[in-house]
Amino acid sequence: MRAAALACAAVLGLTACGSAGDDDASGHLTVFAAASLTEAFTQIGEDFEDANPGVEVVFSFAGSASLASQIAQGAPADVFASAAPANMDSVVRSGYAADPETFARNRLVIAVPEGDPDGITGLADLADPGLKVALCAEEVPCGAAARTALDAAGVRLTPVTYETDVKAALSKLGLGEVDAALVYRTDTEAAGGAVHGVEFPESDSAINDYPIAALDDAPNPAVAEAFVDYIRTDEALEVLTAHGFQAP
Amino acid sequence: MTAKTSAPARRQRIPAALLIPALLGLAFLTLPLAGLLIRAPWSTMPQRLAEPEVLDALRLSLVTATASTGLCLLFGIPIAWLLARVEFRGRSLVRALVTVPLVLPPVVGGVALLLVFGRGGLVGAWLDEAFGITLPFSTAGVVLAMTFVAMPFLVVSVEGALRGADIRYEEAAATLGAGRWTVFTRVTLPLVAPGIAAGAVLCWARALGEFGATITFAGNFPGRTQTMPLAVYLALETDLEAAIVLSLILLAASVTVLACLRERWTATP
Repeated sequence: MRAAALACAAVLGLTACGSAGDDDASGHLTVFAAASLTEAFTQIGEDFEDANPGVEVVFSFAGSASLASQIAQGAPADVFASAAPANMDSVVRSGYAADPETFARNRLVIAVPEGDPDGITGLADLADPGLKVALCAEEVPCGAAARTALDAAGVRLTPVTYETDVKAALSKLGLGEVDAALVYRTDTEAAGGAVHGVEFPESDSAINDYPIAALDDAPNPAVAEAFVDYIRTDEALEVLTAHGFQAP
Repeated sequence: MTAKTSAPARRQRIPAALLIPALLGLAFLTLPLAGLLIRAPWSTMPQRLAEPEVLDALRLSLVTATASTGLCLLFGIPIAWLLARVEFRGRSLVRALVTVPLVLPPVVGGVALLLVFGRGGLVGAWLDEAFGITLPFSTAGVVLAMTFVAMPFLVVSVEGALRGADIRYEEAAATLGAGRWTVFTRVTLPLVAPGIAAGAVLCWARALGEFGATITFAGNFPGRTQTMPLAVYLALETDLEAAIVLSLILLAASVTVLACLRERWTATP
């Protein structure tokens, strides 16, 4: 792959190479995906490469808002998978994508250290002033969801910190600096044995839809469409649910 | 410095090999600022300035950056003096260790601080038990994080100034019977004052822009640990224009402070 690309670059010049990959289902596919998709998409990407020899999937995982603004600034991405409809909407509104489809859903859980030393069973327990809680800032999807769930439960709590993304909130828990954090179920799955996720009924009111779309300016549109279709197969859904996501 | 430059040297032609890269470099440094200015929504600027969260963040940034500069001076000047004036084994190792925060990604610095000063950390657990002090998620934690990343700038500047200073003044004072402490306070410090001022300015500027170590060690809570760079980062999640306005406010405040200080400290003819 690399040798071929180099030879191509030598003979035709770099611009010609970029378009040569467009014609068939091969070449690079650049997927911009929300940070919470890291584990699931990495695995799905490998499966997709196995099913489509010659395709190389490259992921850029970051906060959905950062990715949306990178796309608006002309980042050469083929596919965008967002953790919140709002960020996908802004990309669609700016004319970079059309017809996004929801492929997964995620819900909040209360992340606590394994063994649940403080005996937390629901949102109301978090209001204990002796407890240090990390929430996401309301500007990011997990923080907006946390606000909705807390309002639905009628729980008022003052966290020690509003983290900038869900992984940061979870890492504060992992480092033992907070006693609990409101994060996505998928994040506690990804954290493995050290973290336990306590489910709570109010999370029903704050479920995150994950939309995906091929981008209009995709350097590799054929493969982009194929990838979006693949995400919606039972095979991909199986991987997503194994990582804690729910079917749309 | 300027006083020593001879007049004829200033009037000679500027070599193109220096001028062209200097201008290109200047353009590279200032164009991003122009980008911010062009995209700024000037009409909403006064409105943003009146928002209490913005003022809280700005005030917190200025107070914590100044406090951390104070700490850097208190501990950094003695470190610089040791490195420049005392021969000891492992001096180059110590010098390298001092610059560790410069090469360490600030987020890693924040994690390292948590491992030491966090409530489960080596020092943090003791502080909590003995005095009931917890540093993470507090304003003191912000100052600590800033001091960690900014102190090397002060040490490097002051050590450079000390090495450049004429040691014969200190020797003369010593032969006249002054002790090391007297020499330090009466001769050395006044001699390297411009170097200290330059280091303090660098240090303050670095602390003001600090993001990674702060968010990791002190978290983000409006009014307590949310400094301007954190507010900018969060604004970026929802509203690019708000982020630009906040950046410009931070920039204007820091440039104003630095310009005023420059007038006072380095007012050499």
